[in-house]
Amino acid sequence: MTEPLLEAVDVAKDLGSGAAKVAALKGVTLSLKGGELTLLMGPSGSGKTTLLSILGCMLRPTEGTVRICGHPTAGAGPEDLALLRREHVGFVFQSFHLFPTLSATDNVRLALDVRGQPSRAARVMSREALAKVGLAHKTKAYPRELSGGEQQRVAIARAIVGNPSIILADEPTAALDGENGRAIMKILAEIAGEQGHAVLIVTHDPRLLPFADRVVHIEDGRITGEEPGGAKLPRLQ
Amino acid sequence: MPLVFTLAFRNLFHDRLRLIATVIGIVFSIVLVTVQMGLYLGFGRMVTTMIDHASADLWIMPRGTKCFEDPSLLNTRERYRALLISGVTEVIPVVIGFADWRMSSGEMTPVFVIGSDLRYGGLEPWNLVEGRIEALSRPKAVAVDRTYFDRLGVSGIGSTAEIREQPVRVAAVTNGIRSFTTTPFVFLDVNRARTYTGVPSGKASYLLVRLSQDADRGRVRQEIVSNIADVEVLTPAEFRERSRKFWLFGTGAGAALFAGALLGVIVGTVVVAQTLYSSTKEHLTEFATLRAIGSSKRYIYKVIVWQALLSAAIGFSIAALIGNAIVRLTAATALPIVITPALLVGLFLLTVVMCVGSSIAAIVQVTRIDPATVFAR
Repeated sequence: MTEPLLEAVDVAKDLGSGAAKVAALKGVTLSLKGGELTLLMGPSGSGKTTLLSILGCMLRPTEGTVRICGHPTAGAGPEDLALLRREHVGFVFQSFHLFPTLSATDNVRLALDVRGQPSRAARVMSREALAKVGLAHKTKAYPRELSGGEQQRVAIARAIVGNPSIILADEPTAALDGENGRAIMKILAEIAGEQGHAVLIVTHDPRLLPFADRVVHIEDGRITGEEPGGAKLPRLQ
Repeated sequence: MPLVFTLAFRNLFHDRLRLIATVIGIVFSIVLVTVQMGLYLGFGRMVTTMIDHASADLWIMPRGTKCFEDPSLLNTRERYRALLISGVTEVIPVVIGFADWRMSSGEMTPVFVIGSDLRYGGLEPWNLVEGRIEALSRPKAVAVDRTYFDRLGVSGIGSTAEIREQPVRVAAVTNGIRSFTTTPFVFLDVNRARTYTGVPSGKASYLLVRLSQDADRGRVRQEIVSNIADVEVLTPAEFRERSRKFWLFGTGAGAALFAGALLGVIVGTVVVAQTLYSSTKEHLTEFATLRAIGSSKRYIYKVIVWQALLSAAIGFSIAALIGNAIVRLTAATALPIVITPALLVGLFLLTVVMCVGSSIAAIVQVTRIDPATVFAR
């Protein structure tokens, strides 16, 4: 699979207006391919999250084009962008964003429910997704009954349950200890390597480098470099 | 169970205190509307109770009569003209009017006298619990309701008093014939009613017309109007409507009841809107997450509207139970609160509309959610 699943070309984004206007992104070009885990690294304020929001169809670029699985986002309205997100993109957030009043299964099922997936099938698929992230025994647990690592696994199950082509993760290990962080990265690496998803992880944590196929550096709103990651070696060990 | 419903249910029950505040708001509002509308219906029934219980196909009355209690009079000789019209079988004079009732203790109280020709039974007392109708033919005989025993200073059959300084004797007792004016009704023969109310001989308040089974009511009515000057001829339904309109809207009573009901709706809407809005605000991150994972706005609206509907169902159920208790408590009072099945359905729809309408502020709030905020939280 060599065709890019996600492609951003000359993307620029201005935030704010008037005197407070800031150029958050300045001509960023980036593509993600299936089966590849990419780390997007940069210091705070470098434009990582803004780029992630644009790639995830949550923000519209001021300039440039973005294509998600061949679909251009230019001119798409909020509902069109939501459709692109639910069909092609899975998200993993730094602070999990699970629903505290729903069980693990129902949290995962939400991603299918918003797509109109029938309840019974969705429940089976959600349990399978939880099993994939090693939580087959916690399907009925509520977020408050789960550790941080387990909550992030539920969030990953929610991201992959609809089998999206692209997984975008924002600092997925930042709220976790080293051991849990490695476990989460292992799962994300498997999702990329074995299931053929394009995985982009925004991070500033160098401990994640060994899991990456490639590393993209961003600074001051510009891509400043790209290098191969230390993947292939530690993955699946 | 659909997940959108589960989410709404859990959001609602997650904060019990807020749920209680919401439900209290809805219950207060709907009970207030129920009482006002129940009073409206009860009042509407009370003001037409005599028309409801009269045995007539048509009512002949002086032109411009506003309600049953109107003191206008017509000539009883018109009775014979009416009887000449084909299809008319009986024309029964009825005399009504206020009078003073003097108890044996000497105390006075006003009463509303209803006299009907007892041979034909045009407007006789009903719900008799003591005595018989025939007993009213005897001299001095009257029928009163036992609810007013204390007011009238009587204790049952055989008790005596005076109306217009003429002696009367209780010969029959009814139960539950109450007046919305709280003035006790006194039933008696039409001729003595004239004496007690000062209505001249040859005058009556109404002429009740009975028709043969095959008579054409419209034609008879037309002929009566053509043959008798300065009268109106109404069907019972028309007279009921006219009386109701006069008392409810001519006096402002209905407007006051509707204003109370409107106030209830406003209070309920504000309370529910406020609590739904604050609930939505508290769950904003969750709604933003839903948006981020690709939900449509419609999906989120469904969650909020389900919350509103659940609140409506809970609030209405409690309000209906309270309403039922109020109906029972007021059943024997001068102005009972009446809840009909139609009113109940109407109140339920009102609750739903009120709660769903209240969710608009919350929906507007959600509409502004930027899904990208999930990265910042």
